[in-house]
Amino acid sequence: MATDGAKKPSEAELKDYEAQADAWFRENTPKDPGFMLPLTFMEVSTDQQFEFLCDWQRKVYEAGYLGTSWPAEYGGGGMHPDYQRISTRMMKKYDGPIILNAIGIGWAGPLLLDIGSEEDKHKYIKGMLNADDIWCQGFSEPEHGSDLGSAQLKAVRDGDEYVLSGSKIWTSLGDRAKYMILLARTSNDGPSKYAGLSFFLIPMKIPGIETRRIKKLTGEYGFVQSFFTDARVPAEGLVGKEGDGWMVAMKTLEYERGAKVNPAGGYYLKELDAMGVVDLARNSQRGGKPLLDDPVMRDKMVEQMMEIQALNLNNQRRRMAPLNQDKPMGLAMMNKLARTEMIRDLTEFSLGFQGTRAGYYVGDENAVDDGYWHRSYLNSFSATIGGGTSEIQRNIVAEHVLGLPKGR
Amino acid sequence: MENLGTIGYSEEQVELMEVATNFCRDKSPMDKVRALLDDDAGFDSAIWQEIADLGWLAIAIPEEYEGVGLSLSEVVPIAEQMGKNLMTTPFADVTLAAQAILMAGSAAQKAQYLPQIAAGTLASLALSEANGDWDLSNISAAANAKPNGSGDDYILSGEKLLVPYAAQADIIIVSILVDGAVRLAIIPRGDIVADDAMRREQIIDETRRTYAVTLDGISIGGDQLLDADKTQAALDHVHLAANLLQSAEMSGGTIAVIDYTLDYLKTRKQFGKVIGEYQALKHPITNAYVDYEKARSHLYSAAHCFNDQGRGEVATRMAKATIDKAYSFAADRAIQFHGGFGFTHDCDAQLYRRAAIWHASQHGDATYHRAKLADLLF
Repeated sequence: MATDGAKKPSEAELKDYEAQADAWFRENTPKDPGFMLPLTFMEVSTDQQFEFLCDWQRKVYEAGYLGTSWPAEYGGGGMHPDYQRISTRMMKKYDGPIILNAIGIGWAGPLLLDIGSEEDKHKYIKGMLNADDIWCQGFSEPEHGSDLGSAQLKAVRDGDEYVLSGSKIWTSLGDRAKYMILLARTSNDGPSKYAGLSFFLIPMKIPGIETRRIKKLTGEYGFVQSFFTDARVPAEGLVGKEGDGWMVAMKTLEYERGAKVNPAGGYYLKELDAMGVVDLARNSQRGGKPLLDDPVMRDKMVEQMMEIQALNLNNQRRRMAPLNQDKPMGLAMMNKLARTEMIRDLTEFSLGFQGTRAGYYVGDENAVDDGYWHRSYLNSFSATIGGGTSEIQRNIVAEHVLGLPKGR
Repeated sequence: MENLGTIGYSEEQVELMEVATNFCRDKSPMDKVRALLDDDAGFDSAIWQEIADLGWLAIAIPEEYEGVGLSLSEVVPIAEQMGKNLMTTPFADVTLAAQAILMAGSAAQKAQYLPQIAAGTLASLALSEANGDWDLSNISAAANAKPNGSGDDYILSGEKLLVPYAAQADIIIVSILVDGAVRLAIIPRGDIVADDAMRREQIIDETRRTYAVTLDGISIGGDQLLDADKTQAALDHVHLAANLLQSAEMSGGTIAVIDYTLDYLKTRKQFGKVIGEYQALKHPITNAYVDYEKARSHLYSAAHCFNDQGRGEVATRMAKATIDKAYSFAADRAIQFHGGFGFTHDCDAQLYRRAAIWHASQHGDATYHRAKLADLLF
């Protein structure tokens, strides 16, 4: 969602900007805070982590390196998207902490800038960027995980309010968020289950909404189940018209899946240090010899390296139209599936290096890399399941790229 | 991992991709591919002439030898389209033979042969022997100095196998031992005269032709040998270049067999449903496609980095290793997903499966390249 008409910068301007951003992130990227930081916005477990990440996001925003290309009148930097790409790259270069407000900046923000009212843009955008207003997303329900279209949480119009009742689940940051983007059912009478869905922006800290933290397989917290009991929200929170919910939700998923190249994206998840696996293997022993002397492990390691390299190359090739003529959307549509599965596979593989120490977990002084690999492996399922499971992703690629029919 | 490659493309690559896409599709429809299976030569000499006229044999030959002066990177999109349409000709073999001469030929040899090859002279490489080793220096064919000659005349012995299009070749470059060292020698096809010196081999890929060639009794002069000091480098280069072009052909073949299978999955009905609705078929074909795209990224990285010291080798081996797996899987599933028809020779799935086996068998399969990569990376 770039500022319309922001001037394409010259090479020299970009170079200057890069030097400036490079210096800023070199100077300001926090070093080890002394406690474990979340690798993704889905893993914020403690107040300490939350406050640290809010502070970091605010600092990046105030320095001009977040929302750089969003319109200035709403709180953005008003600059060309090329600038944001550079600052994002610099943030990664210095291995900065994640940007916390992923649902705000990655989903709700682009949506508002795309189809939101003038009033909404003024109301919401700046708070997203400076971390004053954390956002969460209420799509999944306990009975409807991958099948979002069947969402049942009810929204009934009552004067200038809607009354919400039902439950949402897997809501990252749900206990800390000020706002939620919500998919709710306003009707059961439409021609299809999708036709009865509507999309809302709602406040979270109101009577009738309660959240319960969910303990994850890692032992940490990060998301909640939320319960709506006749919660009354302002009707102006409706995005589009009643019944447009599915279309609007699909738009936000497009931002999420990166099918549209969103210049603001890319910093909500900490990239796994894949090459760290090689160091891990180098430092591991088997039979008194370096693990990487073992031909079987060497072979498996090469397979992992080829996989990592393929996905890095895919990301570059995605932007090269002549190398994508046959199935132009293929690389974009398969990216989520390929990347999340690669990380699950790689982190699982990394456990096999650690010998007896693979038995340790986060919190023990003998855990390899403080349990980073175990935690990463267990957390990797949040990405192979969340945002559409890998199985659903295969259906999406099969149907939208390969043209296979939908199953009935 | 500073020897991991990047990806990019040249304008020439894109132009050639476009021309080759149309040419190969038009000149190599499936009925033509099928007709050539029973043809003795295995390729259409008129189309071969068109390929020469298009200048495609001259792409990676420098301008000073009447070539186009581009590189193997620009050959990749052509080989890819040929593989996609199962258009099998001596194209890659001739390109590789030219590379051998370019790398290790004397000034006179380059001046004589490269312009000829650029213009359509069919050259082939005879590097394999009965031991089946992918290491091109493990050979036993030899050139022995004639007992009472001037010292620079040799008589050859031994047998080379899997020599592509030897029967149609104008010149064949053979690897032989001279005083225990591997050397390359250029032999005019006319010098291979014995009645039983050449036998057409039965190979897994029926679109292709190879020959066993007996060298016993062939005489060569010292001026037919390539430069001793550059021979190993030339063999290494040919090995990687062969894998690059094979990877390109295999990439084309992989998407072709996926598309072929998709057509079937979209039309065949069983139990009242188009079978492409079943996830038991839908998900594996999607996995095949995902693997294909990943391998194709490796391919265009290899094309882009091919001449970079270190990176080119890593990228090329990664390309061959990944595309071998992708092609084999896609073609294997193509047979299975066609059911009873898949078991027949009439089903095209077997053509691709056989091509994949062929390519894996020449210049190293996925396992071989992964072992090489381990040494390069760790």
